[in-house]
Amino acid sequence: MVALETQNLTLTYGESLIIDQLNLQIPKGKITVLIGSNGCGKSTLLRSMARLLKPKEGNILLDGQAIATTPTKEIAKRLAILPQSPTAPEGLTVQQLVKQGRYPHQNWLKQWTTEDEAMVNEALESTGMTELKDRAVDSLSGGQRQRAWIAMTLAQGTETILLDEPTTYLDMTHQVEVLDILFELNQTQKRTIIMVLHDLNLACRYADHIVALKDKTVYAQGHPTETITPDTVRAVFSMDAEIIPDPIYGTPMCIPYSRGRIGRKGGTQPHAHHVAISTAVGQFA
Amino acid sequence: MIKNLLGSTPLKLGGLFVCLVLLLAGLIGSVIFGVVDTSWHVAIDAYTQFDGSNEHIVIREVRVPRALIAGAVGASLAIAGALLQAMTRNPLADVGIFGINAGASFAIVFGAAVFAMNSLGEFTTLSFIGAALSGVLVYFLGALGREGITPLKLTLAGAAVTAMFSSFTHAILVTNEQALNDVLFWLAGSVAGRKLEMLTGVFPYMLLAWIVAFLMARPINTFMMGEDVAKGLGQRTVLVKALAGLLIVLLSACSVAVSGPIGFIGLVTPHLARYLIGSDTRWVLVYSGFLGAILLLFADILGRFIAMPGEVPIGVMTALMGAPFFIYVVRKGLVRA
Ligand SMILES: Nc1ncnc2c1ncn2[C@@H]1O[C@H](COP(=O)(O)OP(=O)(O)OP(=O)(O)O)[C@@H](O)[C@H]1O
Ligand SMILES: [Mg+2]
Repeated sequence: MVALETQNLTLTYGESLIIDQLNLQIPKGKITVLIGSNGCGKSTLLRSMARLLKPKEGNILLDGQAIATTPTKEIAKRLAILPQSPTAPEGLTVQQLVKQGRYPHQNWLKQWTTEDEAMVNEALESTGMTELKDRAVDSLSGGQRQRAWIAMTLAQGTETILLDEPTTYLDMTHQVEVLDILFELNQTQKRTIIMVLHDLNLACRYADHIVALKDKTVYAQGHPTETITPDTVRAVFSMDAEIIPDPIYGTPMCIPYSRGRIGRKGGTQPHAHHVAISTAVGQFA
Repeated sequence: MIKNLLGSTPLKLGGLFVCLVLLLAGLIGSVIFGVVDTSWHVAIDAYTQFDGSNEHIVIREVRVPRALIAGAVGASLAIAGALLQAMTRNPLADVGIFGINAGASFAIVFGAAVFAMNSLGEFTTLSFIGAALSGVLVYFLGALGREGITPLKLTLAGAAVTAMFSSFTHAILVTNEQALNDVLFWLAGSVAGRKLEMLTGVFPYMLLAWIVAFLMARPINTFMMGEDVAKGLGQRTVLVKALAGLLIVLLSACSVAVSGPIGFIGLVTPHLARYLIGSDTRWVLVYSGFLGAILLLFADILGRFIAMPGEVPIGVMTALMGAPFFIYVVRKGLVRA
């Protein structure tokens, strides 16, 4: 089953081509993670899938229906997006922020219902923000703030949720915490989650499906164990890396080679130019 | 964290009642106090038992129009400022800073100089055209470049358009003495010496704009979360921007047409409102309206006493009151760019 599909999608900013003739299918009820180097067009693709950016060419289908011809409020009831680093107006409280998530379900006649109230409370609860609901968003820590925004996205009550780097600026604990919330939602309510992540190890741990972008199109996609290989990492991030199983979960873990702190050699042989350096260092040992 | 003084709804409603009392006090004070003080008995008599006396005529032809104009213009400028600050998410936004006043002033001076226009109806039309023109110009200049519209670019565009229209205005005034005489009283920015018809001509538009602004408060709240977020929530942001822009232009054009350019009210009042009641646009608009009217009324009354028997123009008064207040607000850290 496909939640979102792009057909010959071409995206541009003015003259510059960002995504070229992309055909992509995002599985329903799964967690999909978009990866790729800085500036490769992840946010651009995500924004276009949420109809925030008009495609130059091609179509985007949400549950088989073209989003270009669907009323925007209808889409908002089925698909939510959390853009990269949003900012709340000053003084806005967490509760006021989360309430905005109900916007697509309201109109001039139907202002605020008990269902709206229930959805807001549930979103606050599942993100652990109930205690902080009367605090101003701009007075919160980065992690709490991010959770408040996620709560807003959840209050929208949509089947599909798009998030652009929901873990940026968060420390390790909070990164895992945010991803656990999303994982929980996916597991218990079968919501489709599509997000951009920069941490490959966390991406592999949480994703059912990984889409690696490079050169204006998809370089590789599929289950993390098939997708995240030294070859993919080298091609997509121009970086040599070891892929070993995560000691806790067995999902792929990416250990990049670098020039910092050379000395102890891992299980497998490093690549040629690393060998030279390691041997040089090894002679001192 | 900023704690709002009026946090709960009952407190906000109570505050509104205080505002209402202050507004009435301002209106009555404006009618009663002046070079010749009268009493409110006389003021009522002027309408119920008009006797043609000088005092009655002054009340009906001078004092009452002046009070009503100050109230309506104050409310309109403050609401326009609140809308502009909300839509641009720029706490320093004001119709003065965004070139709209300058555009309206230029249009009026141009009309007076080139087409010898000098009636109120013509001034209103000219003012509206000028305000709309500069509004659109600022908008397009601010939207140039790759990120589209940003508060910073909008402010720069506003400054540029203000400078441009102001120098045009000066150029006309320097070269055309007749026009100078026709519009000088008006350019200084004042609520005095206007006929009531000047207000009644534009008041329906003002009232309409107040009401529509209030009805738009909820969509504006959503828009303030950022354009991408608002679009993601299913808002047609283009519509919201267009309608809010129209309201801002309408309110400032009507105000400028009646009283000439008056600064600071649109800049300061929304801050005061937010300081009192927080960030919910519905309350911000209502409070801005009341506080703007109150501030302008009191500024006008005060202006009559400072340099008695002369008067300090209201534009100077608002600057005198507004500037220190604004510095205070900025220093308290209540304004974050
Ligand atoms: N509004 C814009 N106008 C013009 N070019 C843009 C705009 N936004 C992004 N770009 C360009 O488009 C390309 C893709 O940007 P995008 O934000 O999609 O990258 P990304 O993969 O999300 O990067 P990051 O990992 O840094 O978030 C970049 O080269 C960027 O410079
Ligand atoms: Mg990005």
